[in-house]
Amino acid sequence: MKIAVCVKHVPEGTSRIDPGTKRLDRAGEGALNHFDANAVEEALRLKGDSDTEVVAVSLGPQKALDSLRKALAMGADRAVLVSDDAAAGSDLVATSRLLAAALAKEEPDLVLFGQQASDADGAVLWAAVAERLGRPVVSQAMELSVDGGTVHVKRQTEHGYDTIEAPLPAVVAVSDAINEPRYPSLKGIMGAKKKPQDVLSLADLGVDAGDAGEAGSRTTVLALGDPPARADSQKIEDDGNAAQAIVDFLAEKRLI
Amino acid sequence: MRFDVPADFVEIHAAVGELCARFPAEYWRALEPDGYPEEFVAALTENGWLAALIPEEFGGAGLGVAAASMILETINASGCNSGACHAQMYTMGSVLRHGSAEQKAEYLPKIASGELRLQAFGVTEPTAGSDTTSIQTTAKRVGDGYVIRGQKIWTSRALHSDLMLLLARTTPTDQVEKKTDGLSMFLLDMRTAGDRLEIRPIQTMMNHATTEVFFDDVEVPATALVGEEGKGFRYILDGMNVERILIAAECIGDGRWFVEKAARYASERVVFGRPIGMNQGVQFPLARAHAAIEAADLVRHKAAWLFDEGKPCGAEANMAKFLASEASWAAANACLDAHGGYGFAAEYDVERKFRETRLYSIAPVSNNLVLAYIGQHVLGMPRSY
Repeated sequence: MKIAVCVKHVPEGTSRIDPGTKRLDRAGEGALNHFDANAVEEALRLKGDSDTEVVAVSLGPQKALDSLRKALAMGADRAVLVSDDAAAGSDLVATSRLLAAALAKEEPDLVLFGQQASDADGAVLWAAVAERLGRPVVSQAMELSVDGGTVHVKRQTEHGYDTIEAPLPAVVAVSDAINEPRYPSLKGIMGAKKKPQDVLSLADLGVDAGDAGEAGSRTTVLALGDPPARADSQKIEDDGNAAQAIVDFLAEKRLI
Repeated sequence: MRFDVPADFVEIHAAVGELCARFPAEYWRALEPDGYPEEFVAALTENGWLAALIPEEFGGAGLGVAAASMILETINASGCNSGACHAQMYTMGSVLRHGSAEQKAEYLPKIASGELRLQAFGVTEPTAGSDTTSIQTTAKRVGDGYVIRGQKIWTSRALHSDLMLLLARTTPTDQVEKKTDGLSMFLLDMRTAGDRLEIRPIQTMMNHATTEVFFDDVEVPATALVGEEGKGFRYILDGMNVERILIAAECIGDGRWFVEKAARYASERVVFGRPIGMNQGVQFPLARAHAAIEAADLVRHKAAWLFDEGKPCGAEANMAKFLASEASWAAANACLDAHGGYGFAAEYDVERKFRETRLYSIAPVSNNLVLAYIGQHVLGMPRSY
């Protein structure tokens, strides 16, 4: 079996938007999106001692290789980075196009995503990629197993769990509660250097520059502004009756 | 001269930091006063960190001292304590450099996997202190082996180690040309030493699992001798530079922990209507400590680079340990001052780290003896002791 895990290199610390380009400032230190570490862990768990190949795939600047190397250090077998100046500024539409092109080349049986990226918090890319690949998609996976040509997923919902089966090839976005990611061992870090790390350009993927970056995007950032200030809030001092006051307030708003 | 940080160091720092994050302050607090951090040591071992210096052919990572020192710096900078296990990283160096092919094949892979712990080093004695050539413990050749008699003190982690590297006199002082001759190094298997070996824990001001060890005619086979009989003193000297560089890195880690903790606290803690960090009396000692840590860090990296290049590094290794232990102690004091009374509360962890970092001004060698070394061997002045 072949599992591709899509990972993102995200800025460390608090995200900052560059007012000039209206894009996320990616100049500082970056790290593997921690939600994606759950997807890498799940791929490695599914792999176990078998000969399943785990390929980490990313779209981003050259520095994104740092995050791919972390996936390799955790135990992934190979890394693929789509990196091209013309891809900078890609929105969901363009990003999904490029990732889908890279995944189409790999032809994995299973594509795993983390539930969202910690910088943009979109939580929709997996759906867009699955749509482009024409594959079934399951999100919020709390448990995952593969049995022959079928993936079995226990999917977390607001009210409980859905149990879903989908034929492979399929796309699954895992919940951050599905596992506790391993940390790289020293041997893993040393071994990661020797694993294949391919960097692909748009030309390598056969994608026109006009279909990537801002040119290939369908969203335009017009303006940036602070969120509106909160409406007046009401502070309840606890004089022994605070709990009742809160209950009354919520009841009045018909929230309980 | 270049000061790029190698990518390896960044990856090591990140990965060890992630591991350490799973052993938060509460974990270390709960171990006080004398619990051994078994789970922490197991996690480091399983992930290969304590085998960093063991060559790949024996199952380790084959890293240099500079990279290995990053591991220990990160552990201490994360609020954890390397003292529980740093010796598992470097004590094997004596076996690696001076042991026989059989000893290396027998022990190094097991030390690398953690199946065997070699993290006790029996050198210091109650009557000899740092005057190592005056040790009284003897190893007498009897039949096919040796019989060891004597006493060691400050033998840390002896109760958490399978093997002990031991220095004993095999030829009496009056029968050797130089006092440095006639000392031999043994790899003692404590699991089979029987009840003639007695280990007693010593309660100290910090949790360091140190002990005193009594040898009442402990029999060891001739195969326990490391290298040549009578050359043990030379063997321990060449392991000391590595130890000093690694201890310097731990101090730098401690120093970074103190400064970061205090800078954050002083910026948030409001007294008299403003953060206490606005007061120069609070801010400047922290800035000064940070500068001292950075300076010590440069000497530590120079010493590590020299060692990894196979060049003499005695002066730099000693100076790194001296500067780093002084810097971490200054940082500890500044951190305690910034915290005021809260610094004494166990739940703030300052007092624990304060006690832990204090050790390194006197161990593994007293800073006064480092100054004596610099005066005599670097500046060419008369011996001061």
